[in-house]
Amino acid sequence: MTPRILGTETEFGVAVKDAGVQDPVSNAILLVNSVAAVPSRTTLWDYENENPLVDARGFEVEGEKERPAPDYNRLLNKLLGNGGRLYVDGAHPEYATPECTRIADVVRYEKAGERIVEACRMGADRTSGDRRFVIYKNNTDGKGNSYGYHENYLVSRSVPFMRFATHLTPFFVTRQIFAGAGKVGAENRADSAPYQMSQRADFFEVLVDLNTMVKRPIINTRDEPHADPAKYRRLHVIVGDANMSEVTTYLKLGVTALVVSMIEEGYMVKEPKLADAVRSIKDVSRDLTLKQPIALDDGRQWTAVQVQEYYLETAHRYCAERGADPETKDILARWERVLRLLASDPSQLSREIDWVIKQDLLQSYIDRKGCDWDDPRVAMMDLQYHDLRPEKGLFATLDKGGYVDRLVDPNTIDEALTAPPTDTRAYFRGRCLQKFPDRVYAASWASILFDVGQAVVKRIPLNEPARGTKALVGALLDESDTVEALVSRLSA
Amino acid sequence: MSQEKKRDLKKVGRRDEASASPNPETVEKGKKMKENIDKLLDEIDEVLEENAEEFVKNYVQKGGE
Repeated sequence: MTPRILGTETEFGVAVKDAGVQDPVSNAILLVNSVAAVPSRTTLWDYENENPLVDARGFEVEGEKERPAPDYNRLLNKLLGNGGRLYVDGAHPEYATPECTRIADVVRYEKAGERIVEACRMGADRTSGDRRFVIYKNNTDGKGNSYGYHENYLVSRSVPFMRFATHLTPFFVTRQIFAGAGKVGAENRADSAPYQMSQRADFFEVLVDLNTMVKRPIINTRDEPHADPAKYRRLHVIVGDANMSEVTTYLKLGVTALVVSMIEEGYMVKEPKLADAVRSIKDVSRDLTLKQPIALDDGRQWTAVQVQEYYLETAHRYCAERGADPETKDILARWERVLRLLASDPSQLSREIDWVIKQDLLQSYIDRKGCDWDDPRVAMMDLQYHDLRPEKGLFATLDKGGYVDRLVDPNTIDEALTAPPTDTRAYFRGRCLQKFPDRVYAASWASILFDVGQAVVKRIPLNEPARGTKALVGALLDESDTVEALVSRLSA
Repeated sequence: MSQEKKRDLKKVGRRDEASASPNPETVEKGKKMKENIDKLLDEIDEVLEENAEEFVKNYVQKGGE
């Protein structure tokens, strides 16, 4: 099994106390520019290779490409020493992890991102008089406005996109049974519910499309590989929730990466096709008993757990035949156990799976207060579960009290604040930014541009995400004292 | 919401019901768990934002992606 390149993007929700007039875009800019430490505040984001208007189905839609002028570019983008990116996306602060190959690393870098953004909040509070910011890692304001959490999996261009779309749809519709972050109520004109598994399910209105902001699709067709376009696609998964639990994030990404590999290598041949995926994604989210069947297009009725078990069985065969690394074996074992518990007694997962953790907490509160699910305090708890402040966040409170399981050593999250992963091109990007902060004119996922003097810029393409690793360029970077030395040795 | 739905929801929300048994060890464990939950809920009462209704009402985002 070759290592899969993957990473996540998280858009955060922002509340402002004592705000007066609120301008969400200015707030997001203020927050991002309150970042505590970045190698350089002048480095630009290189938009050269970006084009979110290309559709994987083979066409390009009309629209304006984002090309901010340098000063504004610097306001919107902060390139992080860990190889990730902190930026303003529309009206939200957003953090993208560096490219990783190990699932536990993505968890680490995603958690590091929460700390980076929380530090931004503290910085912004200090410079904002009486205004106080609160930041949420969730996906909805509860009033029909959603902001995303996107997963990215690099795949081979040689596999037809529609093969992924076909086999991933039933998987995504049912994945929320272990990947949902939990939500009080319903929105976006979906059927009412006191509590449901997913923050996002209510927002999916079509099966396949390029849109991410309106009429959201279960399968997003954005074809922007951030790598050699002849060899790679980047599956841009927009259907998921942002999770607080490390274990949930690990399972969500690990299982999805495994299923992507199975599809890529031709292991998924007969998928359980759903009769109405857009309908089912909302039904599954609402069925907290996990007993309601979903209609398949051949008339059979399967529960969400049964659909997942179909993928699990194929994964067992896949791993037995192709071999699996220790992390994949661990993910497979956890997936199997979680599905078994979901089918028998989901409350057993109240230390591991976000929607169960949250439901358990809210139900305990409701029992004590004798209130109902529509009590405003319960809605507040739903929101505050995702609050990044260690002293206020409810997930953070559960974590501190030892009520939830962790996956990674907190010390390694500290390291992930500044050190890039060693096994992808993020290593080269992060190290260059740290070693030559004043000489990196611009960078992006697939490029680094060095200022080589006299208004000349030398562009180094990073089209191979699995290159630029410590093994390949570590010594080269250590031994190059200047950008000139590095560039000349790179081109040698 | 139908009564049936409400009941279902309460049922799946309770973790101590499923494991109820007369085993003294389990009873002790259950008591400890209850104490823990009480302690946790006290903490939640302390950290929960004041004026929850107002706060939740004012939390409006632009939406993104």
